[in-house]
Amino acid sequence: MTPLYVSLMLVLAATIVGSFGAVFLKMGASEIDGSVLSFANSRLAIGVALYLGSSVFYAFGIKGAQLSVVYPMVSLSNVWALLWARWFFKEPLNKTKILGLVLILFGVTFVGLGN
Amino acid sequence: MSTIATTPIADTPAATRRRSIILVFLCTIIGTAAQLLMKTGMEHFRLDPIALLTNYPLIAGYALYGINTVLLVLALRDGELSVLYPIIALTYVWVTLASYIHLHESPNIFKNVGVVAIILGVIVIGRAGSK
Repeated sequence: MTPLYVSLMLVLAATIVGSFGAVFLKMGASEIDGSVLSFANSRLAIGVALYLGSSVFYAFGIKGAQLSVVYPMVSLSNVWALLWARWFFKEPLNKTKILGLVLILFGVTFVGLGN
Repeated sequence: MSTIATTPIADTPAATRRRSIILVFLCTIIGTAAQLLMKTGMEHFRLDPIALLTNYPLIAGYALYGINTVLLVLALRDGELSVLYPIIALTYVWVTLASYIHLHESPNIFKNVGVVAIILGVIVIGRAGSK
């Protein structure tokens, strides 16, 4: 049985790596012009690699851990994504987005508690 | 080089945003199917080449994840990350509902409250992006 703090650290790492995966996918997406070849760009490749890396952390993190404890942590990736969206893409962060995010965090936590 | 059959970039910003949100919505449904298939596949997972190559649920799960990524990238091309990323949480809704129906798990108040909150959150965020 993995100690709880190890599981939580692994899942935390998964959320950070995964949210950066989304940042790179978004960067790479801007290079797509409609041709299949334009999908073969380094940023998309990094994004996919980070996603796969994140899933490895996640798989080890949830192994032998209680989902009810781990799920609230998983939804942290949404918080990172909002921060990175603001920093890297200058997307506006308004009250509506924060309200929606809070509802989703609450929802994911509850789904975890029900498991 | 062949081109991908996507509609040309929509003319109005609102239509483009809506298209991105619909693409991510599709991602969550495909992602759910992928998760369920991989779960089935992992139940008879063996580290043996023949077993792996004939583990169709696992292969189908990975293939769906691939399609999922392409759709997500197309959505991200035109949409805001801060709007689209949280919508992926809808996957929890579908997985929970699928486990009620498919795995006959009994519904409980926590899961139901969670599902409703996620749906409300996605609606709120979706509207944030359409302004």
